[in-house]
Amino acid sequence: MREITYTQALREALSEEMSRDPSILLLGEDIGVYGGVFKVTEGLLAKFGPERVRETPISEAGFIGTAVGLAMTGKHPVTELMFMDFAWVASDQIFNQAAKMRYMTGGRVKVPLVVRTQQGGGRGNGAQHSQSLETVFTHIPGLKVVLPATPYDAKGLLKSALRDENPVIFIEHKLLYGTKGAVPEEEYTVPLGVADVKRAGRDVTLVSYSRTVLLALEAAQEAAQEGIETEVIDLRCTSPLDVNCILASVQKTGRLVIAHEAHRRLGLGAEIAASVQEQAFDYLDGPILRVAALDVPIPASKPLEDAVLPGKAQILAALRAAGG
Amino acid sequence: MSLQAGDLLQMYRTMLLIRRFEEKATEFFLAGQIRGSFHPCIGQEATAVGACYALRRDDSMTCTYRGHGQAIAKGLDPREGMAELLGRRTGCSKGKGGSMHFTDPRVGLLGENAIVGAGVAIAAGAALSAQLDHTDRVTLTFFGDGTINQGTFAEALNLAAIWKLPLVLFCENNLYSEMTPIRDMVAIDHLTERAAGYGVRGVTVDGYDPVAVYETTREAVERARSGEGPTFIEAMTYRLVGHMIGDSEVYRTREEVGEWRKRDPLTVFPERLVREAVVSREEIARVEGEVAEQMAEIVRFAQGSPWPDPSEATEDVFA
Repeated sequence: MREITYTQALREALSEEMSRDPSILLLGEDIGVYGGVFKVTEGLLAKFGPERVRETPISEAGFIGTAVGLAMTGKHPVTELMFMDFAWVASDQIFNQAAKMRYMTGGRVKVPLVVRTQQGGGRGNGAQHSQSLETVFTHIPGLKVVLPATPYDAKGLLKSALRDENPVIFIEHKLLYGTKGAVPEEEYTVPLGVADVKRAGRDVTLVSYSRTVLLALEAAQEAAQEGIETEVIDLRCTSPLDVNCILASVQKTGRLVIAHEAHRRLGLGAEIAASVQEQAFDYLDGPILRVAALDVPIPASKPLEDAVLPGKAQILAALRAAGG
Repeated sequence: MSLQAGDLLQMYRTMLLIRRFEEKATEFFLAGQIRGSFHPCIGQEATAVGACYALRRDDSMTCTYRGHGQAIAKGLDPREGMAELLGRRTGCSKGKGGSMHFTDPRVGLLGENAIVGAGVAIAAGAALSAQLDHTDRVTLTFFGDGTINQGTFAEALNLAAIWKLPLVLFCENNLYSEMTPIRDMVAIDHLTERAAGYGVRGVTVDGYDPVAVYETTREAVERARSGEGPTFIEAMTYRLVGHMIGDSEVYRTREEVGEWRKRDPLTVFPERLVREAVVSREEIARVEGEVAEQMAEIVRFAQGSPWPDPSEATEDVFA
């Protein structure tokens, strides 16, 4: 099978879905001629024109609010939020408007809106360009939250997001854009809310998503050399959350490690740990362990950032502690 | 379209219905039958009715939490509105929205909004949708004077300007940004100056004259329909009651309220119609009787409606 980058996979999803569905249009900063700061929308202006690949002012609240209105009147807008950190600027539009509109109107309207963005650290961008905020979006009812780790999942999940009738927060990772992976030429989609077992194992369950999945797979490889067989689950979505996939694995392994780049305190790891002890307590052979970012803002300097963000070494240490 | 006697009588009928609706809702609120927040639009009926009379059913509209009257003027079934206030399953939002979220997309009502300024950006989106579809539908967004200090308003106004959106930005300047005089919260004399700064045409109108409101809005709507872009309308108006029920109103004098009450459109407008021999006193009386009957039916419907089942709380989160 051919290999393409995460960026190319996303671009293909946008292009194919825009060709299929004329109601889809893109809005965002520098997404036209420039092709977006991470080049995901490169070439789409030439293909679809300025009405559907719409440059906006630096006005996140304005253009995401506008996208809510577009979605309520029959369009399927995709807004590109250049950095996840800017979501706070448009937080009313996302949390109070998009997420609640259907419920507040008793189901009279729907808001098919995709907010594409990228997050995460590892490049020294500092505290306002490196956050991982999926927990916040997952907490608010009414939003679906998607975090692909591979080019295959990126394309298939984005296509599903563009066929969903609800607001979807589609979270890419800035260090994944250049990664390559197998992506078929044929049409396919990946359903929202279904986790993927990226590596099978019988000793420890390791739950992760987004770029941390790549670190988890590396750690699992090394753990295997030490005799610890790790099952790596890529959640792919944190809302809906595929708890059943985790429970099925834990019932087999009896041990659970959760790894993510978001802060540890009240992160997805806390939610998953709570759900597993509620629903599979008798299967657990040891404490559930979490690997996550330290609870400080993300610093810029490399030794500091490396100290704050979780890496392969921390995941491996957790696997040893859980599986030993 | 110039207004005929039938139009003027219909406008009066809707204004009166809104007034009676809000008075009845106030009674229910004071009796503990309406929960939460309730921001009556008593005194501001002429803007709601005059502006909406210039819209078609397929035009879109957003408004704020002081929007019961505007929602009714746009075509919301007032029985569904009252049932919503009483928390009933037959309410326009099945009891999930309450006072601040009246919505009915079937009549172009994209919703009241409880966040100041949010509806302006949503309206810009509806206007862009119409523009992309090459229709002549327009969108009108009602908001208060306080909104013009909100960032979302500025951002949406700019988007409307650069994209020449078919949008009418209708500002009800009732002189108070909630409980604070707007004159202390802006350094300009006319709110239209804000629009000018964004390259958007601004006009001011007497918001206590429904005919003037209609004519000013109609002109803005026609410009929007013909691709000439957005208009900002500043309608000078006044709420004759507090910001919400329970407002102590320490920020304004009884004399000031009294002066505006003399101009109450619910008194002045029908008198003018009779004085100018457009309609007869009998016709006015007949409308009043019909509205009283309609209100009785609204109350009967709302009070007789079932409560939602607790199991419905988890429905309508996702489509």
